[in-house]
Amino acid sequence: MITMDRPVHKKISRMDFGLFSPKQIAALATAKVVTPELYDQEGYPVDGGLMDLRLGVIDPGLRCKTCGQKLKECPGHFGYIELARPVIHINFVRPVFDLLKSTCKYCSRILMPEEKAKRYLVLLNKVSEEEGFEARRRKVKALVTKFKVKDKCPHCQEKQEKIRLEKPYSFYESDIRLSPIEVRARLEKVSDEDVQLFGFASGFRPEWMIMTVLPIPPVTIRPSITLESGERSEDDLTHKLGDIVRINQRLFENINAGAPEVIIEDLWDLLQYHVTTFFNNEVSQLPPARHRGGQILKTLSSRIKSKDGRIRYNLAGKRTDFSARTVISPDPLISLNEVGVPLAIAMNLTVPERVTEWNKAHLRAFVERGPLLYPGANYVIKPDGRRKTITAETKDEILTELETGYIVERHLIDGDTALFNRQPSLHRMSMMCHRVKVLPARTFRLNPAVCNPYNADFDGDEMNFHVPQTEEARAEAEVLMLVETQLISPRYGLSVVGCIHDGITGNYLLTKELILQRPEAIDLLYTCGVRDFSRLPNKEKLDGREVFSVLLPADFNFSGTDRSGSEVRIKNGVLTSGLMDKANLGQESGLMLRNIYETYGPAYAAELLGKISKLGIAVLSRRGFSIGVSDMDLPAETKAEIQRIIAEAEKETLALIDRFHEGKLESLPGRTLVETLELRIMEVLNKTRNKSGDVAMKQVRDSAATVMARCGSRGNVLNIAQMTAIVGQQALRGKRIEHGFRGRTLSYFKRGDLSATARGFIKNNFKSGLRPHEYFFGAMTGRDALMDTALRTPKSGYLYRRLSNAMQDLKVDYDGSVRDASGKIVQFAYGEDHLDVSKTKGGELDVKKIVEQME
Amino acid sequence: MSFTITKHLLVPKHSKVSDAEKQKLFAAYAITEKELPKILKDDPAIAALEAEPGTVIKIERNSPTAGVAFYYRVVANG
Ligand SMILES: [Mg+2]
Ligand SMILES: [Zn+2]
Ligand SMILES: [Zn+2]
Repeated sequence: MITMDRPVHKKISRMDFGLFSPKQIAALATAKVVTPELYDQEGYPVDGGLMDLRLGVIDPGLRCKTCGQKLKECPGHFGYIELARPVIHINFVRPVFDLLKSTCKYCSRILMPEEKAKRYLVLLNKVSEEEGFEARRRKVKALVTKFKVKDKCPHCQEKQEKIRLEKPYSFYESDIRLSPIEVRARLEKVSDEDVQLFGFASGFRPEWMIMTVLPIPPVTIRPSITLESGERSEDDLTHKLGDIVRINQRLFENINAGAPEVIIEDLWDLLQYHVTTFFNNEVSQLPPARHRGGQILKTLSSRIKSKDGRIRYNLAGKRTDFSARTVISPDPLISLNEVGVPLAIAMNLTVPERVTEWNKAHLRAFVERGPLLYPGANYVIKPDGRRKTITAETKDEILTELETGYIVERHLIDGDTALFNRQPSLHRMSMMCHRVKVLPARTFRLNPAVCNPYNADFDGDEMNFHVPQTEEARAEAEVLMLVETQLISPRYGLSVVGCIHDGITGNYLLTKELILQRPEAIDLLYTCGVRDFSRLPNKEKLDGREVFSVLLPADFNFSGTDRSGSEVRIKNGVLTSGLMDKANLGQESGLMLRNIYETYGPAYAAELLGKISKLGIAVLSRRGFSIGVSDMDLPAETKAEIQRIIAEAEKETLALIDRFHEGKLESLPGRTLVETLELRIMEVLNKTRNKSGDVAMKQVRDSAATVMARCGSRGNVLNIAQMTAIVGQQALRGKRIEHGFRGRTLSYFKRGDLSATARGFIKNNFKSGLRPHEYFFGAMTGRDALMDTALRTPKSGYLYRRLSNAMQDLKVDYDGSVRDASGKIVQFAYGEDHLDVSKTKGGELDVKKIVEQME
Repeated sequence: MSFTITKHLLVPKHSKVSDAEKQKLFAAYAITEKELPKILKDDPAIAALEAEPGTVIKIERNSPTAGVAFYYRVVANG
């Protein structure tokens, strides 16, 4: 009896693959199957049937007759049947065919002269010794294809007849069918030495490929299921085996009764068909065996093979319980560490909670509501480990027996711990711990500020969601993975989350120019969660900075710069000078947030970030913020000025081209004349765009676009210049556009035209609209950029994967050295400077601040 | 054309480590030669040093983060 209570450690040194001999099959078997019947009248498995109790147990309560163990303990045992006539194993048709073709019909020697065969054998052994088993297999294959085309035996000089394989498994010799018996007889006569040349290891015989006995797999791999009606439904394999046993029996009976050869042949063929489809039901020349309903049976090889086979579906493709996946959408009103979970998902995913004296009433209420009423419960687990589904019928019973020690699997509720993840999971912030917030509708909701660490947007992205099931898992997730613990990137030591878009714009406008009435200010602050207004100066008219300062901690001191370069100063929690823009609030830059994190901790920083974001959004929605075409308007003089700059540049370009044609252009060091010309032209044109952009920017009204560009929330000066003044030169691979036709970019231009317009210079702006050729040039560079990203993403992804896999078990030791798993040193000092980047600001230690704090 | 590669801008300074210093290094990191990174005996950077296998080579690198960073390799047969 095998017991599994003590683990046994053994190292596998090698594995051999080969064929079972009929003797081995019989010896391995615990039962001989003789009848196609499965159960007797009482529904008890028949002895000698396919569900024989010696083959293992699948019924709870019964014991295996072989090993004496119960369901789930007994691993199952093989049985066998004796076939009335031998049949060929479908997966060995090829090697059998090779053997038949390459051996003599009369003396059964390999069709190869003695000394040649010997030489090949030596060669084979050498190959396998030097290059391994795989090389030997390749060599065998090469040899087999080489020596099958002989028509005379070199040993007995007999003439050989041609052997033909009619797919899937019939052999013909000069149009006479060779029965499996004849084939087997031939294979039996092939000597052990010759057989080695076909790749057989010693100890294995080719005639074993023609089966005389068939092993019956244990019932444990083909369990029957009991339908709700109480009817038994057998596994596909059991069905197939039933067919085999039935035909086999009929064949036996007919042979014993001396039936005519035709009938026996027919039955034999049928047996061959059933055995073949038992192994592989997808043989191309055979009609697949079907259920009565017409559904194709899933037999042995289809269980293993292909995408939904055992290997790719179950072994390589593990699925996780208590997880969900759906589209994501933004919700700036939930907090940073929350995740909005659709009600439908919350009612499917559950959290197990153990009933104790203290929470009994609480959990009872969940059970009472049941699976259909939120927040309810779907299952209870009894102290003995049995799981009970809560339904309308079982609810009352469960409620009466519910006792301390039971576990209730209740629906997900607000505040539960969950993991949230978006692929590709490239860094540790790709999977973070969030608090559940159950919401209506069908998408996961997340605060737009955490898009950055996940690299998510809302153009259809989907994300995965997991619910930890044990206290340990929840504790681990909360301590190590909670969003606020992940704020500072270990890559560059700055906050990966920050205010975005309206969050920045709003605060920028607030701190820059807004003067508010006291009620307005109170309203704003109330919206973003402030309830204590004692720090708001007692005045009727309030400065935007004063309003913003209420959010800051009262003892906070900070000095830095904003994007315009002026000083940002916060003294005792009051913003005295400077503007709140991307440099202070933004992600991957926000130094102010970084300092808050350092002094007040992760939770405070996350909360403050939420408040600041909400304040910005609230300011914008009250003030109003919109963009229109008129924002792109320029005064007539400015337009003329830009036209003049462009015309000048074109003239300059033409002058350069003329000088080039006249041979007066002097080449730059290390450049050809043509290259020099191109460089000079590019220089002139780029200067033009910058100059006209500057001119335009000076005249553009204080529009929404410029505000956004200035505070860094979206867009930049170049974008505005392209909309108002000039789009500029389009470049492919750092050069002006030169593709297209012979000597010109488009048929619209003359051959050899080197002018700005003919080589991708767009002198219009997006507001005035582009000329057709300009539009085309724009499309060219646009397409190029698209192609570039499409091609680069998978490449860099693979590169990153190789790096992270190579370095995944390196760690920093207590002495500051970086070592691999075996303790070998990789770096003597981590990063050469011992610095933990996540404790720095942008990779640098702020020594000044540390000194200040020490004092 | 021939030049001394050890004089090249990009080749950091390689020098032999004395036995006493070697023992100090091993003690500091609690290691033996086995844990040290290796350098080939005929590596061009130490060819002039004629170091025997088992010698520890000290490499002084200019580091963008730390100014000068030290690295140690043990000479190994190829
Ligand atoms: Mg997307
Ligand atoms: Zn058993
Ligand atoms: Zn012969």
